[in-house]
Parts: sequence; C-alpha cells; structure tokens
Amino acid sequence: MPETTDYSFNQKHLLGLADYSKEDIEYVLEQAKTFREVLDRPVPKVPTLRDKTIVNLFYENSTRTRLSFELAQKRMGADVVNFSTSSSSTKKGESLKDTIRNISSMKIDMVVVRHESPGVPHFLTRCVDAAILNAGDGAHEHPTQALLDMFTIQQELGAVEGKKIAIIGDITHSRVVRSNIIGMKKLGAEVTICGPKSLMPNHVNALGANVSYNLEETLQWCDVAMALRIQLERIEGSTDLFPSLREYHQLFGIRMDHLEKYPQFTVMHPGPINRGVEMESEVADSDRAVILDQVTNGLAVRMAILYLLSGGVRI
Amino acid sequence: METTPNLLIQNAKPVSSNHDGDDSVDIRIKEGVISEIGSGLKKQDGEQVFDAGGAYISGGWMDMHVHFREPGYEHKETVETGCRSAMFGGFTEVACMPNTKPAIHTRDVVEFIRNKSEHQLVDVHPIGCATKERKGESIAEMSDMKEGGAVAFSDDGDPVYNSQVMRVALEYSSMLGVPIINHEEDLALSRPGHMNEGDVSARLGLDGTPGIAEEAMIARDILLAGFTGGHIHVAHISTRKAVDLVRRAKEDGVNVTTEVCTHHFDLTDKEIESRNFDTNVKMHPPLRTQDDVDAMIEGLVDGTIDVICTDHAPHAIEEKEVEFIYAPNGIIGLETAWSISVKRLLQSNKLSLQQLMDKLVINPRQILNLEIPEIKEGQSANLTIFNTDEEWTYNKNEVRSKSKNSPYLGETLTGRALAVYNKKRFAINTLKN
Repeated sequence: MPETTDYSFNQKHLLGLADYSKEDIEYVLEQAKTFREVLDRPVPKVPTLRDKTIVNLFYENSTRTRLSFELAQKRMGADVVNFSTSSSSTKKGESLKDTIRNISSMKIDMVVVRHESPGVPHFLTRCVDAAILNAGDGAHEHPTQALLDMFTIQQELGAVEGKKIAIIGDITHSRVVRSNIIGMKKLGAEVTICGPKSLMPNHVNALGANVSYNLEETLQWCDVAMALRIQLERIEGSTDLFPSLREYHQLFGIRMDHLEKYPQFTVMHPGPINRGVEMESEVADSDRAVILDQVTNGLAVRMAILYLLSGGVRI
Repeated sequence: METTPNLLIQNAKPVSSNHDGDDSVDIRIKEGVISEIGSGLKKQDGEQVFDAGGAYISGGWMDMHVHFREPGYEHKETVETGCRSAMFGGFTEVACMPNTKPAIHTRDVVEFIRNKSEHQLVDVHPIGCATKERKGESIAEMSDMKEGGAVAFSDDGDPVYNSQVMRVALEYSSMLGVPIINHEEDLALSRPGHMNEGDVSARLGLDGTPGIAEEAMIARDILLAGFTGGHIHVAHISTRKAVDLVRRAKEDGVNVTTEVCTHHFDLTDKEIESRNFDTNVKMHPPLRTQDDVDAMIEGLVDGTIDVICTDHAPHAIEEKEVEFIYAPNGIIGLETAWSISVKRLLQSNKLSLQQLMDKLVINPRQILNLEIPEIKEGQSANLTIFNTDEEWTYNKNEVRSKSKNSPYLGETLTGRALAVYNKKRFAINTLKN
C-alpha cells in the first residue's frame, strides 16, 4: 500500500495512465477519498490551490469534463482561465506551440488540455514547463475519467482488484477504454471489451483485454458493465462502421431484462448517454446504475490530481 | 559551383563490380574524365590533389526518390540546398519527385529543374507527373517531358488511383521505355491514417494505415504491368507482404522493380510510442513492424528490392512542430542514408560493399536508363569517396538540407561520404564539429 515508507509520488504531469505505476494510481485514489469527504461538507472548499493559476485549454467540445475540472479548481481556490475553441479554427491561425508558450508567459502553473490529436499533452511538455493534465487526447487516453471510474468501483464494490469489468461499445475511438484498461489491469482487475468487430481495432489484442462480441455472455460474466457513448458521427457518410443505431441497440444495448437475468453487475457510463442506444432509459435510471456517482466522484478525483501535481504534500 | 576539371585522387580503394575494395590506387581526372589509374601518380601542373587516405571510392551514388520542393515550396528546400544535402550524403545524382507547385507536369517545369541544377555538381533528373496537374484523371504529356529531361513518371505523394488511368499510363510510358513509379496506397483503406495500423496504433489511439492499403495497390499495379507490358516501379516499399508480391511478380516475369527507404529497414512504429509522438518519425508509408524491417533486409539480400533510396522529404520546423495528426509526412534522408546502410546492412554482413554499390550506383540508373559511372580510364568522372568506420555525430548544425526534420539528429553514426566528384566539380565534406 502507498502508506509504506519508501513510496513517494513523483509525477510532474498526468499525460496518461501508461506512465503511472500501480502505487501512483492507488495514491491518487487514496487522496481522492479525502476530497470526496470535503464535497459533503457544508462549505465544500479547501484553499489548497489559492496561489496557483490554471488554464483549461479545450480544443474539443466538452461539457462535463471541462465543468468538472473548473469546479474542482475553484473549490480549491485556484485562479482559473478557460480557453475553448475548435481545433479546426486554430489550425490555420497561431500554432499550438505559440499559443501555449504565450499563455505560459502569463505565469501559468498548470495546463489542462483536451485535443483531438493523440499526443498533444506530450507535445505540450516539450513546449512549456507547466504541469500538463490530459483531459482527453483523441482516442489515446483520458486518465481522469479512468481514475474516477476506478474510484467509483472502489466505492461501490470495495476494490478494483479481482473484479470482472466489461467495457461495451465503440472501442476503436474511445480514449476512456484505453485509460481504463491500463489502470484497471494495474490494479488487478480483469477487463473484457465487447462491441461490434468493426468498432474494435484490428490489433485489438494489443490493448490487453479479453475480447467478446456477445453481450449476453459478457453481462453474465461481469461485475461491472460500463457502456461507452456511441458517437453518432460514426454512422454518417460513406464509411459507416455499423449499420444503424437500431441494430446496435439490438446487439449491444443493455436492457431491463438483462438486469433481471443477471442480478450481479453494476451499470456505469462515462456520459453523455444516448438513451435507447447504449442502454434503455430505465437501466440508466435504475438503482443498479452509478452514473451520477461517477460524476460526483470525478470532482473528487480531479481535485486530488490537481492537488498532487501542484506540488502539495499529504493533507 | 566552381569547377575542378583536373584532380588527382590518391590512396583510394575502388569498389565496383570489378573491384572489391581491397587495393588502393591513384586516379587522375583531366577535364572531368578519368585519364589515368595507377599507383604512385605524381601531381601535375594545374591539378588539385586529394588524399583519400585509404578510403573507398565508387561510382557516384544515386538516390532515385527525393523531394527538392522547387518550384513552390522553397521554404522547405531548393534545388541548390537539396544538392548540398545530396553531396554531403555522397550522392552525385538524384531523381526528384513532381509534387511541387506547380507540379512537374509539363516540359517547361522539367526544364526549369534542369536549368536550376545546371551548375550544380549533382545531376538532378526530374520525374514528371504521370497525370496532368497530378490530378490522377488523365495522363500527362510524357513524351514532351521526356524530351525535356524527365526520366520517369509518377504522381508521388498520391497514387495513380484510377485503374484505367494507370493502365493507359503504363501503356503509353512503355512505348517511351520509361517506368511509371507509383506511390502505392489504396486511399479508401489508408485514410485518415497517421501511422502503421498495428499494435502500437491500437494502443495510441491513432488512426492507422494498414499494410494492406499498400499491398492491394501493388497487387493491382503488378497485374496491370503484366497486362500492358509496362514497367512499374514500386515506390518506397514497406511491408513484408508487399515484398512477397514483388518477388513473385519478378519470378513471373513481370517488369517490376522496387526501392526501399533507409528508415524502413531501420526503424519501427514503436518509435512513435517511445519518442512520445515525435513528428520526425511520421512519414508515408509509415514506419512498420520489426517483421517488416526484417523483410526489407531479406528483399535487399535476395534482389527483390533493387534500390536503396531516401524519400528525402524536407519540411520546415513550424510545419513539423505541431499536433501529430496535423503534421505532414516525411523526413530528410540524404545525409544519413549511408550510415544507416552501414549499420543495418554492412556491419551485420547482410550485404557486401559491392552489393551495396549495386543498390546505390547501378540499379537506380538501370531502372531510369541513365549512364552507369565506372572507374575506368576514358570514363566521365562521377565518383563518391567514402568510409565505413568513421564515427561522427549528426548534430543539428551539421545538417546541409534547408530543413532539419530528421529522426537521427543527435545520433552518433558510423561511416560517411568524404567527397564527391561529378560534372567537373569536386566537393569535400568537412564536418563542422
């Protein structure tokens, strides 16, 4: 456990969970517990970042991740600036390198970045000295989402270790699935990914999870069923990767009768949900679903990682 | 560039089909022609002397796949800076691809390149577009461009995608005795790929370009070459199955040849992961797997792959220092080609020096119907002087190209070209540090 003497958290950035050890992940989740308690206080604030300035750099649409980061930062007393734009609009203007170096010249301590291109957080570490937090880089990683998912599993099921976790949906284009597989395996869970073959990478085994194309079998097996959002743009145009939302729901949608038939699994979803596609509405609203707990826990987890990367010591 | 018509090269060991590089000789060049080969030759009046110090000498090397970016992209490279880069890498002759602006798709652009390079040591042979404006719709004026100096036709950067257009291009070019060089890529399968599709792309979440996008197009072109009797030269081959296809086609008697870039027998797609999305390992075709790298070397050894090339593709710093998916494909290669060949082919005893010279001196010129330089009295002097054991560091300030997009920057390399002679011009490569 991280409590033992020789462990210390030495990460400067959060680029992805690939760079974090099991101990690092456990340490972040441990810290998150403290912040989760803070959120239940009458005044849910701790001024631990009051001397810090943070910029949220969002080159892709995001509602909940951006709000969650911003709220986490404000609850900790940081000065926060937001920069949101679509990547396409900046493609022809100022380069990302110039943008980040200009912003950095305004004495920024931390940068939270979301971008459609994998590797942008890594790229930024080569441009500036600030701590970089990845809020999603293309289909590569979304580490805070995976941390909040693991935190939620810890809260709901006691531990991640030994659990059977199914992640269902568009695997190819999901950064959530990549970060979750890396993190959950480091913590000792078994992960199965499930979805249409045309939404899985050709070299899917490189992801290190079991692969299934059969939802029934997967739901029978798992302790947690995490459905991923189907991006509707994947079925527009000439390169459709599956025939229709209707057929997707028939094959991979979680229904109420699944909940009755397999009483053991907990339902998760990183949001936003397409009701009637990834799952029936009643499933999302049932007491088997912890989807809104994930959102609350996301705040605690982001507070924890911001705190740790700001150079703070254990509170 | 100034001329040095008269030169005495001392203590150089010739490597060619007749020379195995064991014996040291002196070579006298008079008015750009090899006039005397012997030992103990004495300096004559008006003659410059270069002591090779026991280094090797061969016919000048040729890279049949470079991008010199002129006209239109002079901020990346010009004919002049490209030639500087070629000389430093030991190349006295290059063929440059036509994806310029305007594209090299008419005789006047071909002649523009020829004129630009007239006073350079390096012979620059334009490759004309296979189709008008490189649009892939109808074939360009190949005969006129050939008269102007074009040595082959290609839409490199893009494939000739339409099979009927490719059929006509092969028929027409075979009448002229000139190859079509195709950038082998089935765009429907490859786009929007940013790296090789495989284990690494699956992990990194980057859209992949599968090997099959290259192989499917090569298979089509082999069938079309067999059908038309045309000569298809497969550009920058990069996968094992692609090499297998060419090997079988050669056995079947199809007029097919191919080339491999030095980075494709050196680096793998794992570099993108280990270098944290460094855009200097982004190129097309992308870096593939170790199995593919091994297949490139096997193909060079058994003769399936005829030519070593670089696909020298300069890009400005600000173009490459961007998000990975926005970065243009390509790296510069002329200056490191020899060192990579030494490391991967010579030091590992895969190819002998003589076999390497086949890939660098003889085969590219045979494919493009150019005169093959020989170390023989009475021959025009077109020569490269090089070693195989000198360690040197490829620092940024050592780069001769106008662009610096190389994954080898900062690396200690082994073997380099010491000097080149061609077109009555002589250049000595002196390291800056």
